Amino acid sequence: MKLKKSTINNIISYGIVIIAFIICQSMISSGSMSRSLRGQMIPICVYIVMAVSLNLVVGISGELSLGHAGFMCVGAFSGIIASAWLTAAFGLENEIVRLILAMIAGGIVAGVFGVLIGIPVLRLRGDYLAIVTLAFGEIIRNVLNCLYFSLDGRKLYVAFNNPAIPGTILVNGPNGAKDVAKISTFPVGFVLILFALFVVLNLVNSRSGRAIMATRDNRIAAEAMGINVTKYKMMAFVTAAVLAGMAGALYGLNFSTITAAKFKFDTSILVLVFVVLGGIGNIWGSIIAAALLTVLPELLRAFADYRMLIYAIVLILVMLATNNPMIRSLFGRLIHRGGPAAQAQKGGAAE
Amino acid sequence: MVSFLRFLINGISLGSVYAIIALGYTMVYGIAKMLNFAHGDVIMVGAYIAFCAISYLSLPPVLAVLCAMAVCTALGVIIEGLAYRPLRQSASLAVLITAIGVSYFLQNTALLIWSSNPKIFPSAFSFGTIKLFDGNLVISSETILTIIANIVIMIALTLFTGRTKMGKAMRAVSEDKGAAELMGINVNRTISLTFAIGSALAAIAGVLLCSAYPTLQPTTGSMPGIKAFTAAVFGGIGSIPGAMIGGLLLGVIEILGKAYISTELGDALVFAVLIVVLLFKPAGLLGKPVREKV
Amino acid sequence: MTQTENKKRLLDTKMVPAPSQGIIPERDYYSTPVLEARHLGIEFGGLKAVEDFNLIIGKTEIAGLIGPNGAGKTTVFNLLTKVYQPTMGTVLVNGKDTAGMNTVQANKLGIARTFQNIRLFDNMTVEDNVRIGLHNQVKYGMFTGIFRLPGYWKQEKRQHEQALELLSLFDMQDLAGVRAGSLPYGAQRRLEIVRALATHPSLLLLDEPAAGMNPHETEELMHNIIKIRDQFQIAIMLIEHDMNLVMGICEGICVLNYGRIIAKGTADEIQANPTVIEAYLGKKKEG
Repeated sequence: MKLKKSTINNIISYGIVIIAFIICQSMISSGSMSRSLRGQMIPICVYIVMAVSLNLVVGISGELSLGHAGFMCVGAFSGIIASAWLTAAFGLENEIVRLILAMIAGGIVAGVFGVLIGIPVLRLRGDYLAIVTLAFGEIIRNVLNCLYFSLDGRKLYVAFNNPAIPGTILVNGPNGAKDVAKISTFPVGFVLILFALFVVLNLVNSRSGRAIMATRDNRIAAEAMGINVTKYKMMAFVTAAVLAGMAGALYGLNFSTITAAKFKFDTSILVLVFVVLGGIGNIWGSIIAAALLTVLPELLRAFADYRMLIYAIVLILVMLATNNPMIRSLFGRLIHRGGPAAQAQKGGAAE
Repeated sequence: MVSFLRFLINGISLGSVYAIIALGYTMVYGIAKMLNFAHGDVIMVGAYIAFCAISYLSLPPVLAVLCAMAVCTALGVIIEGLAYRPLRQSASLAVLITAIGVSYFLQNTALLIWSSNPKIFPSAFSFGTIKLFDGNLVISSETILTIIANIVIMIALTLFTGRTKMGKAMRAVSEDKGAAELMGINVNRTISLTFAIGSALAAIAGVLLCSAYPTLQPTTGSMPGIKAFTAAVFGGIGSIPGAMIGGLLLGVIEILGKAYISTELGDALVFAVLIVVLLFKPAGLLGKPVREKV
Repeated sequence: MTQTENKKRLLDTKMVPAPSQGIIPERDYYSTPVLEARHLGIEFGGLKAVEDFNLIIGKTEIAGLIGPNGAGKTTVFNLLTKVYQPTMGTVLVNGKDTAGMNTVQANKLGIARTFQNIRLFDNMTVEDNVRIGLHNQVKYGMFTGIFRLPGYWKQEKRQHEQALELLSLFDMQDLAGVRAGSLPYGAQRRLEIVRALATHPSLLLLDEPAAGMNPHETEELMHNIIKIRDQFQIAIMLIEHDMNLVMGICEGICVLNYGRIIAKGTADEIQANPTVIEAYLGKKKEG
């Protein structure tokens, strides 16, 4: 019975995303969407996937990560390099295939980084874990600023702190990648959202997902139940890294130039804001918050210089309001009207 | 050898600034158990106030610093009262995001008031230099001043928390809020006081930082803020001597790393050292590990 | 150690009762004891919280661990489940040495427990709590879960059935979809027992299972503990302050004071033991 319910919920989730996509796509093709908003569509997809994947770490596994943009960064540059290399080495011209392969490459490389970083990070707890993820995010960005990649025929060259490498330069140290083939498309971004949703929702409703949530709710009890806490924290962390890497590749291939500075600590924080505002552990909230807050600065364009200030004030006020006991109990009563069935279903932290 | 000494002294000087900022972080963390991400931006505000006082009002430097301290103290108390106090019972993530909101707010307000064009901080604290080793080693007065300020603050804070009634109240609140309240300590006032002290220190740090690195922008505070936060964790967050040691070590590592290993990787090195230290001492150098009662 | 050796040793101890040996019910004589602690102890910075703890628990025994507050009872549980690593002595579970193991391995070896301060997975449903207990009974990996391969549906269904069956032990199957944190206190304690049982233990450690229960609930719990033992053929050791419960169902009782065992025996023996009475009630006035 329970299985069916969660499956139905998931199908509804996919349905809403598909409908939202169809609406956006028809608005784009009919020309009723403004230029600036149209330019935001792929970043929105990217940030949604970033938020959903970070929610897996923060909400489902309960560890605060402040370095999620580091995986996005790794994914972006791996994707850019993979895309250029596929064309140079195999003459692959089909943009969609190249994009998908680049995203897979970004995901794999980010996943490897996720494992390497996860081993030391997940030994720590709480705020110490948070600061170390922040540190790794900054290290990744710093090291990338010193890396040079070039393609000479089929050969890929890497150099550290030395721009003199043969062939055409792909990634030029602190100047980042230039003349990137812009092959990202909104439909592929939409498919990536569906994929991220599929992975996270299915993971949550499986043996592994329950183990991850158990380690979040009570580490000691989870261990006493024979659950290897580090293994499951790692699973959440690496899965999130893979998804962030794929989102990063989509992001990187959406601009003709990109530097590692784009993936600063601020970006990690931005994604964390989406997750917290959307409701920790609430995948739907993450999606809505990521979409709205990516668009919000665009909508506030009329306020010109004041828009980031307004953004900051909105952020503070929303946090104060959602944590106000009076407003909370009001919401609580509204939810209560859903009846006992809805109440029981709310049990799962996700959905 | 002389150049090593020069880098070392520069490192200690930068480390002193980090230490002063880290003290603010660590005190606030100790008492309110929150990561105050806006702390770095209070530094920036302090620097701007001092800048205005010196450049526009032509106040003497000492008065300018006092001015900056007064404004930052007020700012710290107001931020705590308006943004953090209502969230004291909430999840720590909610407070963290609010702190980030405050950080955005301060940066963007500064952007509106002072614009993004960098201001050159006046060299108000240059009283000449000390030359050693036939002029090969030049130590500026700012450097010496920074180091002295750090030592004075450290001693003052240790005495304050150890000897005074308010200081003891602070320690009591950081141990156990409920018990402290039952003992008749005004918890709200104690937390406000902590923010006041932390913010006043941030103002001093801002002035010292900008005396050494005179470009002043709305984002000036964020990177030193993060590094000082790192320093606080490094030393064991919540511990005052820990913040001091963490700050100094971080400054020295950063300057030596930039000088001898790679300019671009200086920051990465700082963070790498932090990670290594935390792997061996998961609660920082001087932090005490907490054991969960089963 | 082999079965015969063990049998012989236990028979020997029966003939020469030494103070460090357990009170094993007769039916368990011929099987390996589920638990054997030898000179177990732990020091916290010089303070010996538990020392020289010797105990044998038979395969289907219900044992009680009692003692005044602060005697070190929960510490013993923490040592057995490796929440703390003992600084002295050995623990054998089903004849296997547990030296160097962690909590997860101890559980896989057959020790499951409940906690004095309830530790449920509050944000998950009652059923999911039991499913966590069944975690190592179900074998499918992350990819099967994410991509919903055929194994997923089959095993999820079985897990669901097993969870409901376990919950029905305490008539809790109707609460399966409720959030565990919202259950009343007594139900939370019962759920903790079900969850521990789901890990298929051979020794179930219950830390104050009747705490906060009313006399009626306690009565029911006593029946259920015996029912669990009979149905699953496992050993149960419980820490409890409710003497009616302890004296009513425990076959062997071990009394702890200041980290040391001061008495072992059957309920009647313990009740008549002057050291135990002194530990609980204090010394008689002199003179």
